[in-house]
Amino acid sequence: MSDIDLRRRNFFKTSLGAAAVAIAPGILLFDLAHGKPQSVGGKVRWGMLIDTTQCREGCNDCVTACNKENGLSGGTSATDSQWIRKVEIKEISTGRKVSLPMMCQHCDKPPCVDVCPTGASFKRVDGIVLVDRHLCIGCRYCMMACPYKARSFVHEPVTGQNPDVPRGKGTVESCTLCVHRVDNGQQPACAESCPNKAILFGDLNDPESEISKKIRSVASVQVRADLGLNTGVRYQGL
Amino acid sequence: MKLFASLLLCLCLPAAWAAGTSTPELDIGKGGQCVEDVQWMRKNHMNLLRHQRDETVHKGVRDTRRSLKGCIECHASTRDHSVTARADSFCVGCHSYQAVKVDCFECHSDKRKSAWLEKNAK
Repeated sequence: MSDIDLRRRNFFKTSLGAAAVAIAPGILLFDLAHGKPQSVGGKVRWGMLIDTTQCREGCNDCVTACNKENGLSGGTSATDSQWIRKVEIKEISTGRKVSLPMMCQHCDKPPCVDVCPTGASFKRVDGIVLVDRHLCIGCRYCMMACPYKARSFVHEPVTGQNPDVPRGKGTVESCTLCVHRVDNGQQPACAESCPNKAILFGDLNDPESEISKKIRSVASVQVRADLGLNTGVRYQGL
Repeated sequence: MKLFASLLLCLCLPAAWAAGTSTPELDIGKGGQCVEDVQWMRKNHMNLLRHQRDETVHKGVRDTRRSLKGCIECHASTRDHSVTARADSFCVGCHSYQAVKVDCFECHSDKRKSAWLEKNAK
């Protein structure tokens, strides 16, 4: 093969490579900027495993991260929205103390959905329990029905919301498992913020996922398992 | 014939007068057409938004082309990053002209995501 042929071939190779490098990020960024056009699949079930042995007493990082991400005030009075709370429990006979975050448990059979008169409270096919605020009339039946006290009612007008997390007066709200982040392939804010990595987020239906492997190998419980709600959030070391 | 002419004139005058009135001058932000032409959008944007909102909330379809967030991204003012802040803002300008209450922003942010991020960076 002549020298010119080889040079020509190399020239084409490099220009093809350069074109691919130039175009590929454009396509990727375009996809990112426009969000996902397809709906979420029912094969996934999102869940969390919370390792209470790694959860430090007095640490509030998950709560702070949740408040910041979702635009909550951070107040803890009866009329403030709280999507996640830190709970300290103590076994009286032994004196053993455990600290854990408590939020919507994203039940498989959610009582809040059963009682909702308008269909505003619903479970997405991937297991995330949400409130459709367009349909919510603020009756608060779901708050009564929830055994985990996970839901809050918005009493005052809200301003300066995160564009991804609309919130408003007269509707009920709770942990969304950071659905806007999950849909973009990110972790919920609380899981990401935990300094001890005590919150493991993942797909419970995928046997190869980190969370599935861990719940197979270590003992974990559902809070109020006696109610048979099959919660998506599980606790280890409780 | 004279009567008919004057009648025609009387009927035409208000129409001509109405056509001459000023439509609201809007601050359209970056502007541009990404969905349909202006007249079609004036008439039908609420149906697109309502459809998209159910798709997003219930099915997790986060395509921004027909979402409220997507509209705001282009049409928020380049000065204050808002679609409701001033009388000539993109949403408020037309809605007050037509006397139609817009409820969206009691829950939804009227700001661009980038502007919100800048403000809440700390």
